[in-house]
This record gives sequence, C-alpha cells and structure tokens, in this order.
Amino acid sequence: MPSDTGTSGLNPSDQAAARASVAPTDLKRLESGLDALETPRTEQRKFSAFLFTLLSPIIAIVAILLIWQVVIWLQWQPSYIIPSPSDVWTALGKQVEAEILWQATFNSISRAIKGFILALIIATPIGVALGLNRTLRSIFGPILTGLQQLPSVAWVPAAIIWFGLSDATIYTVVLLGAVPSIANGLISGIDQIPSIILRAGQVLGARGLDRVRHIVLPAAWPGYLAGLEQGWAFAWRSLMAAELIAVSPALGPGLGQMLDNGRSLGDMALIIGSIFMILAVGVLVERIVFAPLRRRTLMNRGLLR
Amino acid sequence: MTVAQGAVHLTDIVKRFSADGPTILENVSLSVQPGEFVSLVGASGCGKSTLLNIIAGLETTTTGQVELAGPPTLMFQEPALMPWLTAGRNIELALELTGVPRSQRKARAQELLELVHLERSYKQRPHELSGGMRQRVAIARALAQGRSVLLMDEPFAALDAITRDFLHEEITRIWQETGITIIFVTHNVREAVRLSQRVLLMSSRPGRIIREWEVGSEEPWRTDSTYSSYVSELAEEITTNLREEIVRHAV
Repeated sequence: MPSDTGTSGLNPSDQAAARASVAPTDLKRLESGLDALETPRTEQRKFSAFLFTLLSPIIAIVAILLIWQVVIWLQWQPSYIIPSPSDVWTALGKQVEAEILWQATFNSISRAIKGFILALIIATPIGVALGLNRTLRSIFGPILTGLQQLPSVAWVPAAIIWFGLSDATIYTVVLLGAVPSIANGLISGIDQIPSIILRAGQVLGARGLDRVRHIVLPAAWPGYLAGLEQGWAFAWRSLMAAELIAVSPALGPGLGQMLDNGRSLGDMALIIGSIFMILAVGVLVERIVFAPLRRRTLMNRGLLR
Repeated sequence: MTVAQGAVHLTDIVKRFSADGPTILENVSLSVQPGEFVSLVGASGCGKSTLLNIIAGLETTTTGQVELAGPPTLMFQEPALMPWLTAGRNIELALELTGVPRSQRKARAQELLELVHLERSYKQRPHELSGGMRQRVAIARALAQGRSVLLMDEPFAALDAITRDFLHEEITRIWQETGITIIFVTHNVREAVRLSQRVLLMSSRPGRIIREWEVGSEEPWRTDSTYSSYVSELAEEITTNLREEIVRHAV
C-alpha cells in the first residue's frame, strides 16, 4: 500500500472513485450520518436522583439526633454539660421569643455576604495579576500564602485597637480570612489553563482586559470557584470568631454574640443551639449556592462523572 | 511595500530561540499568492510549526521579513474551542473580538455553522461533539475572524481516517467557496498533494525549503479517474525526496 495515512483501508483509486461519486448534498448527508454516529449520547439525570442528593444530608442529621437522644436517656452527664435536643430546641425558642434569633442570623448572614463580596472585589484583581505575571507572583505570592495559613482570628486584637468595637473591625477580620483563599484559588485556576486555550485566545485577538474577561477568567473558573467556596468558609469562620470576641451593643446581635451570651450565662443549651445555627447556615449556603454552581460548571465542561 | 490582501511574502527568515542556539529556520523565503493553497511538508524538527507561528505573529524572527496585508488566523491540531462556551458562542466570541456588532453576531455564527454543515449544533458544547465536528467548529471560528489568510498546523492529524477523509473534502469546498489563502502544514505527503496547489518540502535541522512541486488541480480533472494515479505518483516522488532528507540525518 502506498504511504497514505497508514490507517485508511481504501486504495487510492477507490478513494478517488468514492470522491467522484459524492455530490455536495450527499456529502452533507454522509457527514450528518457520521456526526450522529460519533456524537456521545447523554442521559438526562432523573429528578428523584436530584432530590436524593439534595435531601440525603438529612439522613446524617437524623442519625446524629438519635445517638444524642440515646446518650441523654443513658443519663451519663447532667444537662448543664450535655443538654438534650429538646433543651436546645427550647433555648432557641426563647431566643425567637426575645426577637434575637432571626435578627442575629440575619445580621450575621448579611455581614458575611457583604464581607464576601468585598473580598471578591479585592481578591479578583490580585489573583489575575499574580496568576498572569511571574514577577509579581514571586514577590507577593509567599505573603499571600502566608496570610492564608494564618488564622484570621489572630487579627482580632489588632483590629479592635485600630477600629474599636465597630463594623470595621469585623470586616477587617473577614477580609483577611477570605481574600487570600479567593486569590489563591484564582491563581491555581489560572495555572491550570491549558496553554492551547491561551494560544487560541491570542489568535482570536484577545488582549488586555478582553483577554482577562473572555479567556482567562472563564478558563480559570473551576479553580476560581473552589477558591470562592473556600473563601466563603473562611469569611464565615472569621466572622463568627470576630463576633464572638467583639461584643458590643453598638454592633447589634449576631450568631457569634448569641454564642458568647450563652457562655457568659453558662447556658449550655443556648451554646449548642448557637453552634447549630452557625453550622446550619454553612451547610445551607453550600447546598443552595455552591453545590449547584459546581455541578453546572462541571456539567457544562463535560467533567461530570 | 504594500502586499495584496491574502498574499504572504517571507524573505530570508532566520530563527534561533537563543543567540548561540541551533538554527531552527535558515533563510526561508516564500511567496504565496492570494487565494492559493500551499502545503508545507517535512519530517519532525523541520521548523514548519515555528514557521507558521512566525507568520501568525506568535513568534518573532531572528532576522528576515514577514509581509502580510493583515493578521492571519491559525488553526491547531487540537480544535482549542473554549470548553465553557457552546459551539455557537465560540464563533460569536471570535466575531466579538474582531469587532462585529452584537446585533449581527448570532446570525453570522449560524451562517458559519451552516457553512461547515453544523447548523443544528449551535447550542451544543464542545464535549458533546465528536472530534471531527469540533474541528469543523474550529474552522468556522477561524473563518469568523474574516481574515484573508488561514494557517493550518496539522489540523487533521488527530482525527480518524474516515473523519479526516470528510474534512479533506470539507476544507477543499470551503477554500473554493471563500477564496481564502491557505498555508497548510502536515507530515502527510498524500494529504498535501490531495489538498493543495503547491507542495513545499522542508529539510530538518536547520529548516529550509528544499524543493517545491506544483500540483495540477484543475477542477474537472480532479474527478477524472486518471487523477488518482497522478496523485499517487506525485506523492511517491515527494515521499522519496522526504526519505532522502531523513536518511541524511542517520548516524
């Protein structure tokens, strides 16, 4: 056989004959047939499967409640050490009656969201600059990674001295918690962009801000999203730590302050109840915001298994 | 000097990646006429991809001159579609970056998809398409840029034989319909002869153009039965030359 592609089964004259016999419309039909044969088939996800992933964490919650109740029935520890689920429920109910619980939850969530958005606005340009520029990365990269390692609670005393017991203190701590995570996530997302995508962007004429907006950010999105998720977790944790330490009537109630209130009253049921609220907010945000975003991202890019 | 739209003139291109490094390209000169289909053939290491990158403006030359009427577009072995965009949106991105106003983009993208016979794939994402379909979207995206020169760097090398066969007909048809200039890099001699009007053979280390062949490609003749034996003979002759060039490097 002549030195053709090595894989073609037709000899040259057959190829020519085949080509000669194919009219333009036939080529279109042939191509359409080949496309149909080669296109991977995708299955729709069942609604019940979706419902299961959404509700499956409830199984764990029920199991924990059961074990907890069993421990109470065994009367192993007095209720001021381990309160029963109903004690905690009553304690939270009292906070609702005192119009603290929902106000505190709302305040904390809105602080976290504001802090997170501010962190996003600050971290994104930092991430892009350090992700694309080697020199900037080698100068500032280690500081950023160091900040990410440092628990942001460590900043609380300093922030209180600088800003007093104010919102500025709380946001400083939240930002120092969230910004490094988001920026580092974006940097690693940029590092993982296949070089062919960047070259394609160059050929398409994407330069400067166009390049960042149309090529770099969307291509880095999976890593960026992971950074955002981690950034949110850090923002929420830092906020709770700040609220726990910076307690002042001027700041209004928050879940952290509620927790501190439980501590100073020696009310174990309120302490456990506050911890549950903090946990619940974290889980809900992950389920409602980040899990669907992550799923959609993977699905759009064909990365979902 | 002004260059005609679609023409490419290279004069004495020399390329070294470092001052004392090996010469990748040595005095490469090449003139391509508007609307011409030229193939560059050579073994690995002949610098054919580097030459394309230089024409595309992705690499600089050490010395020598590149003359073009405007920037060309480049296609790779991989489709390099943006995985987060649908096929249609990929084309629209190219249109947007070339400055086509928003109101015209969608219709133009649909037109280009029709040109590559993928009019029903507007909303499909790259991972939902086969390799051949992706490469056709990449062709449509390259055409969306409205450039008069299309550089192709082994665009069909990663495809299976059946798909490659279709794409050969597809690219010939598109070339005839659009009148675009194509510079096509391949290591497949038969592909080069089958597609192009002129085949240039490059030597390796350093890369130089050592011979060229005109391919008779008058349209009625292409469907004649004698055409295939002509293609075979010419491919045979070029392959012999290519092998002589490779043997020169034997130790």
